[in-house]
Amino acid sequence: MPAEPLHSEKLDAKALSDAALVRMRGVARTRWRLAGALTAVMIVVYFGFLALVAWAPQLLARRVTDGLSLGVLLGAIVIVAAWLLTWVYVRWANRVYDPMVAEQRAAFATARDAKERS
Amino acid sequence: MTPETSSIGQPNAVAIAFFAVFIAATLGITYWAARRTRTTDDFYAAGRTVTAGQNGLALAGDYMSAASFLGIAGLVATSGFDGLLYSTGWLVGWPVVLFLVAEPLRNLGRYTFADVVAARLNPRPVRIAAAVGTLATITFYLIAQMVGAGGLIRLLLGVPYEMAVIGVGLAMMAYVLFGGMLATTWVQIVKAVLLLGGAAMLALLVLAQFNFSPLALFAAAAERYGDGVLAPGQLVQNPLDALSLGLALMFGTAGLPHILMRFYTVPDARAARRSVFFATGLIGLFYLLTFVLGFGAMVLVGPDAIRAVDAGGNMAAPLLAELLGGRPFLGFIAAVAFATILAVVAGLALSGAAAISHDVWASVVRRGEPKPGEELLVARIATVCLALIAMALGVVFKGQNVAFMVGLAFAIAASGNFPALLLAVFWPRTSTTGAAASMVIGTLTTLALITASPAIQIDLLQHESAWFPLRNPAIVSMPISFAVGMLVSLWRPDPDGAARFAALERRTLLGAE
Repeated sequence: MPAEPLHSEKLDAKALSDAALVRMRGVARTRWRLAGALTAVMIVVYFGFLALVAWAPQLLARRVTDGLSLGVLLGAIVIVAAWLLTWVYVRWANRVYDPMVAEQRAAFATARDAKERS
Repeated sequence: MTPETSSIGQPNAVAIAFFAVFIAATLGITYWAARRTRTTDDFYAAGRTVTAGQNGLALAGDYMSAASFLGIAGLVATSGFDGLLYSTGWLVGWPVVLFLVAEPLRNLGRYTFADVVAARLNPRPVRIAAAVGTLATITFYLIAQMVGAGGLIRLLLGVPYEMAVIGVGLAMMAYVLFGGMLATTWVQIVKAVLLLGGAAMLALLVLAQFNFSPLALFAAAAERYGDGVLAPGQLVQNPLDALSLGLALMFGTAGLPHILMRFYTVPDARAARRSVFFATGLIGLFYLLTFVLGFGAMVLVGPDAIRAVDAGGNMAAPLLAELLGGRPFLGFIAAVAFATILAVVAGLALSGAAAISHDVWASVVRRGEPKPGEELLVARIATVCLALIAMALGVVFKGQNVAFMVGLAFAIAASGNFPALLLAVFWPRTSTTGAAASMVIGTLTTLALITASPAIQIDLLQHESAWFPLRNPAIVSMPISFAVGMLVSLWRPDPDGAARFAALERRTLLGAE
């Protein structure tokens, strides 16, 4: 729990904010990594679909059941995939990322107060 | 159903009544909003008081144009599966907006996306370049909307083309000039509710004919018009062209100035994130409905009857509404189409005005220190000018096939605006010259390639062949823009670039304090 040393007034404010900066970069990296991975999945899903349309139209003409071709099914799946990916990101951001950001904000506020007191 | 039995093109009392109610209601909203619009924060960003749910609806209203509602339904009704490529393409940009731009944009900027690019670079060159990209995107988007509006309103209401264009221009000017972002936001919310409600009602009426089974509907379409309607057909003749259009749609959304501007209306990055989540849900739902509307029109109205009324197929949804709900429902759907166009053009005009007043006037001409009240005045003058230009262009381009212009707007957004925005947020080495070069060269390359493409050379100018083979240039222009941005940044670095990037790290994550 990083909150503990932050409340210690013995720590030098500059060192404190450096440590907080390092942690903040970690938080930022985590977010970019997940965001990048989810973007990559969306690209693969959509351009995979387009590639099938362009180069394997006969495959997409195949029937899954009566009235449903593979093409129409995959088109709907692309839309559902976009929903799912945004849901995954927002759920992660609400549960994991927002508390980390709140912690960072508190750490910087503490560091600033400490600096002002000294 | 034969064309003779349709009342489309004749004045429709119900449609006119719905129009009147919509105009009265939105002008009422504008009057209410005008009294709350005093500062630049109010004018550009609705005082940052819009909630995530409201912004989600407004984003959907800003984005779903008449081209989506009437165009896709018509395309599916006349060519089947191929139309669905647009339904998916227009949605997949939204996750990209959420993952890559929404939160950093809200944390780093104030009113325009140029704020973000300029945050750690020398503002003047970057803002001039961003204004070029913004105005180019806005102009082509506006032309497509105005020409579409004139044609549609003429068909739906029997009003002359020029009167329809001028009417749309005047209403848009009133919303933005007096009510700023607050009025624009609520016009977009009302429109989104009407459009989703109207499309859902129409889809339910269609499905009621098929025991509420979409599969029965698709099967009926295949039975009547051949199995080909459920498979890729004529639209994708050149695979590269399909991929290029896909790129423009996927990354263009994250570079559309009027969409990006909406993220400043919410209180913080968390609300920006949630609003994209809602928008993606609503827009995806709408595009799923277009599957049903398109095939419903194909089976119940028939491709030939649709083409007989409008060769482009745009009247598929209105014809379907008339068939299933009679003239009153046609009137309602016509009014929804009108509301759709108004909400989109208002958002476009506002972001164009912000590029002129905030990016060019306040930041470049006045070097970031405009006189009190001056920026707001310039924004309002710019709004009037943009509305007049939009009306003039709408009249000039009358009768032209402008369908390619929305694709062009997306291509400019993907190649002119998006690469610089992404580089400025992600890449520490991005320099002033690099970002400006990326935006200017990305925009110019797109324009040049479009001019050389079959859409202009063959379709418009009737030449034998086109110098550039693709109809959408994004597959070439977007990589060029990224490469130019990175190479020029390495060649002409900013002297204190690394320190400035570090200084902004905290704001990118935590927002302004």
